[in-house]
Amino acid sequence: MNTNSNLYTVIYTTVLVVIVAAILAFAASALKQRQQDNMDLAKMKTIMLAANMGQNPDGSVDKNADFMKLYNDHIGANAFAIDADGNVLEGVDAFKDIDLKTQYSNLKKGLDVKLPVYECTMDDGRKVNILAMYGAGLWGAIWGYVAVEDDNETVAGAIFDHASETPGLGAKIAEPAFYTQFRGKKLSDAGQFSSVKVIKGGANGSANGVDAISGATMTSKAVSVSLEQWLDAYKAFLTGKAAKKECCGEGECDGQQCCGECEGQCENEPVNTEKDE
Amino acid sequence: MNKDIYTKPFFKNNPITVLVLGICSSLAVTVQLKGALVMALSVTIVTAFSSLILSLLRNSIPNRVRIIVQLVVVAMFVILIDQLLQAFAYDTSKMLSVYIGLIITNCIIMGRIEAFALGNKPWPSFVDGACNGLGYGMILIIVAFFRELLGSGTLFGFQVIPASWYIENGGWYMNNGLMILPPMALILLGCVVWIQRSIQKDLQEK
Repeated sequence: MNTNSNLYTVIYTTVLVVIVAAILAFAASALKQRQQDNMDLAKMKTIMLAANMGQNPDGSVDKNADFMKLYNDHIGANAFAIDADGNVLEGVDAFKDIDLKTQYSNLKKGLDVKLPVYECTMDDGRKVNILAMYGAGLWGAIWGYVAVEDDNETVAGAIFDHASETPGLGAKIAEPAFYTQFRGKKLSDAGQFSSVKVIKGGANGSANGVDAISGATMTSKAVSVSLEQWLDAYKAFLTGKAAKKECCGEGECDGQQCCGECEGQCENEPVNTEKDE
Repeated sequence: MNKDIYTKPFFKNNPITVLVLGICSSLAVTVQLKGALVMALSVTIVTAFSSLILSLLRNSIPNRVRIIVQLVVVAMFVILIDQLLQAFAYDTSKMLSVYIGLIITNCIIMGRIEAFALGNKPWPSFVDGACNGLGYGMILIIVAFFRELLGSGTLFGFQVIPASWYIENGGWYMNNGLMILPPMALILLGCVVWIQRSIQKDLQEK
């Protein structure tokens, strides 16, 4: 047979490609469920680590922890999505439906965002809200979760991960020495809402600052900036909730705290004015 | 079957140190032994099986499109491996990220198919592919051994250098940060080539 004729070549390649496509399609659909489970588990793991669960005392990952069980026991169905005004969005599955990358690009463009909140019940019964963050590092994406205590001011824990930061430098944001620093930090600065900042040259025990990684200025800065962007989006949720606790009643203000009903009548209004310069 | 098929790829005709193929991936995946090992196995499987398949098909492949046919077969194996790793070894697959997909572009595979599988019977082609993959893997493991040991103080993730030696625990030792960066892999690779050339004198240029 003439293997160099046009007809032969066309038929040969078509048959080959169809066979290969069939094999790959079969493999992809057969393995899809397993791959999805792996991705979900990895996500549950990061979320639980943010709340300091499944960790050894020094903050490193406990290799024996069952993160799926931890997630189901402590969070389970208590995950919801909110918008930038702090309203809960109905019908959105915070775990499955929210793609942080899409939300990040919406956030940057000033479009509507869906922000996931995972309400985690700790072993001692107190509740912490786990918030997401996502941003651009030096080489690729960085993302993480921050757990905030129910006073909506104190950081319970945080975790970060990255796609391709420099090993030994920027990649250290995923190591305990960096992320355990966030525990106990305050989301406030002199009474104003403020993100936790990653400070080059050392935070020197500042209540809302952590030490940057030496040699990784750009990645440290990226964490700081992304965290600020996301916490800013979560601000209405965090501060709104805090204010309701000491709600001053309709139309009244106590000069310090202002609740949702005050509708901006307060002098020295402490919320929502700070970073919009 | 010629005995050279088994021995040459490991030393005399090693794909990395003599043919200087597959350098990119050997710089990228040798930070840790685990990654290097998985990469070595993946490349071995891909070269072995694509050599086997293409050797079986060798008399029927239209000559004008043979490179495309080779690519299709190689790509199929690479995607299968990538999918399997994502399903059964998710952490490793995340660590190797794009480098599994990039096996397709590894010159060793196409090189062996062109140079050997298309002109030989299936079984020798399979062995040739497997041995070349292992020869590549061997260098990866050697480089990764030194990089992980000196860069992180661990082997396969287990701490080998006693924790008490470290400066932060009051000792005198510090991990070498340069080891985990790609340039050091190139320097180490250079050292391996140097050692090989000083043993195997006929490789030295006059």
